[in-house]
Amino acid sequence: MSLKRIDLLICCGSGCVSAGALKIKEKILTILQEKGLLNEINIIETGCMGPCDLGPVMVVYPEGVFYQKVTVDDVEELVEEHFIKGRPVTRLMLQDKQEQVVSAAKDIPFYQKQVKVALANCGYIDPESLEEYIAQGGYEALGTLLTEKSPADAIEVVQKSGLRGRGGGGFPTAMKWKLASGSKDKQKYIICNGDEGDPGAFMDRSLLEGDPHRVLEGMMIAAYAIGANKGFFYIRAEYPLAIKRIKGAIEQAREAGLLVKNIFGSKFEFDAEVRTGAGAFVCGEETALIHSIEGERGHPSAKPPYPSDRGLWGKPTVVNNVETFANLPTIFLKGADWFASMGTKTSKGTKVFALTGDVKNTGLVEVPMGITLREMIYEVGGGIVGDRNFKAVQLGGPSGGCLTAEHLDVPVDYESLKEKGAMMGSGGVIVMNDSNCMVSIAKFFLEFSVEESCGKCSPCRIGLKQMLDIMERITSGNGKEDDIEELIRLGEAIKQLSLCGLGQTAPNPVLSTIQYFRDEYEAHIRDKSCSTSVCLDLMHFSIEKDKCIGCSLCAQKCPVTCISGSKEEKYTIHQPECIKCGTCMEVCPVKAISKIPRMHDEVMAIREKQRLQSENEE
Amino acid sequence: MKTLADLKKIREKAQEEMKLRGSNVRVKVVVGMGTSGIAMGAREVMKTFLEEISQRNLTDVLVTQTGEKGLSSMEPVVDVVEEGKDKVTYGNMNPDKVRKVVVEHIVNGRIVSEFVVSTGS
Repeated sequence: MSLKRIDLLICCGSGCVSAGALKIKEKILTILQEKGLLNEINIIETGCMGPCDLGPVMVVYPEGVFYQKVTVDDVEELVEEHFIKGRPVTRLMLQDKQEQVVSAAKDIPFYQKQVKVALANCGYIDPESLEEYIAQGGYEALGTLLTEKSPADAIEVVQKSGLRGRGGGGFPTAMKWKLASGSKDKQKYIICNGDEGDPGAFMDRSLLEGDPHRVLEGMMIAAYAIGANKGFFYIRAEYPLAIKRIKGAIEQAREAGLLVKNIFGSKFEFDAEVRTGAGAFVCGEETALIHSIEGERGHPSAKPPYPSDRGLWGKPTVVNNVETFANLPTIFLKGADWFASMGTKTSKGTKVFALTGDVKNTGLVEVPMGITLREMIYEVGGGIVGDRNFKAVQLGGPSGGCLTAEHLDVPVDYESLKEKGAMMGSGGVIVMNDSNCMVSIAKFFLEFSVEESCGKCSPCRIGLKQMLDIMERITSGNGKEDDIEELIRLGEAIKQLSLCGLGQTAPNPVLSTIQYFRDEYEAHIRDKSCSTSVCLDLMHFSIEKDKCIGCSLCAQKCPVTCISGSKEEKYTIHQPECIKCGTCMEVCPVKAISKIPRMHDEVMAIREKQRLQSENEE
Repeated sequence: MKTLADLKKIREKAQEEMKLRGSNVRVKVVVGMGTSGIAMGAREVMKTFLEEISQRNLTDVLVTQTGEKGLSSMEPVVDVVEEGKDKVTYGNMNPDKVRKVVVEHIVNGRIVSEFVVSTGS
């Protein structure tokens, strides 16, 4: 007999788990046990609810009360007040701008502009329960398709919906399917690309963790459309929970008769398995991914032949992204027209983004295509953290580019972003305020690409390293006058000559920052100045004599004892020895020490002398 | 599971399990669980509601609680809220009265006027 009266949904996405969600759950269980309430309250661990910076978050039904930043110490009060007495604990609820308490999860501003399609169940159902997925309409799309429609019908639905690949490239999904379905080969494969690797991106992981059955159903729909009877989930080993959940979902589907033979009484046969990748970025490229599954080294190969002709073990293969699959069940349930009614002319539906960086509401968001960057950053994201100004937004990770304040009204769709020098990418959005040095940001992404280059083709392997050397020169104060031109020349050549998508896009972060922040590059090279004081060689610390009270604290704390002086003469930093650790600035009781955003004259003179000496020696 | 009908059966059962999160609610029973309510036996009252509703398989009835309602002399106090109808407040409840309210009011739609404290919003 069920006495359940409360569904407690605890977000167990990785953000909330690292903030302590599991400890809170344990504590709740202990207290419920003590009070004999275990059979009245149903605790569900859900996937990511989205507002990661508010974590750990939880929602209490039937009221739908949203709690944020819950700690273990809050649990006692929460149980006593809310679960026993029915009085929601307002101090743990969100307050809006008017300082009103926001009680229901659905009223939180963060969710207002969002439209959840792929993420519809994420954070709402128990990801380890097949029944809860079915309660939300799960497997109905597949069942209807298998019993009433032909594979050709399925392709037509997807074509009409306008769905494009969510992994970044934006290739029309129906076209990929058509190419593979046209092949007469009896053995075909479908692959789910879960090799998410962009720094700061966690869309695919959240989907796999939060709603695994949806991804599996999407894969089965695609398999039916192209005539594949075997599917592989390629997920990187760094995502252990995603792997566990997908394996669990496959197991449940087998037990329920949704997999292998005679699915929904039809002749369609299908089985799926998980293959784990070692986490090489290049394995997100489909040919490299296929080689990795085959047991070969994860190297890309030249296209054509395309995987739809000769893919896994030489058989026709379709590789689709996790989010692409996650959209399919809803497209088939609600219809292609419904899906196509959202978005812009060329980009339909919604897109999941991982919103990170200097924005108030970081987390997982799903918005309709065509939303402007301004809406995404200021309305969904809640604006820039602190009193800083917006400077740039980086889209598409190591393959994408930076856009600036003048692009805030650009609609987010495949074409518009590409035109401006960024790209949709898989959905990483890094918002940056004016304390970020764009040259350093570009260098960071370039370092990533150099590290991840597989080394098969020389433009990528050697060219990117050359670009990185120049970037390091610029950020360490040794930039030369023609370095910018050289970066552009190298970048364009690498884009044209590289074998696969990694090399073809890796110069983008540098090229787009040169395009929009050329003055910063020039200041680094000519004036030896980093306006944000991020590049340590291009800034120095300085003690203002007028403010200094001669307390000697800075000199005492300096780890390299490069500060000297006396109470009368005040204190001075010996610039050549300074390691720019910033300790003096932190300890100064009267804030007499400040950052000066350029190389100190003395250091510049020493470097010049060294340079001349080495030239003479040659 | 071999047919769409099988799927539908599973779905209906699962939806029932998830009704606390859903919107398919005809009647909401709100038990006042302030300090004085609890002292007067509000937990027993709520438990009886949960048991009765579960036994009778009333899938569209939801039991929830609220804090002190200010009617301390009438505790335990219970609101029965039906979609589109005035709220009915019952006072001085006990498990026996709960069973009667479930049968008469919630199942058959007849307000048990002898226990009513007030009606209307």
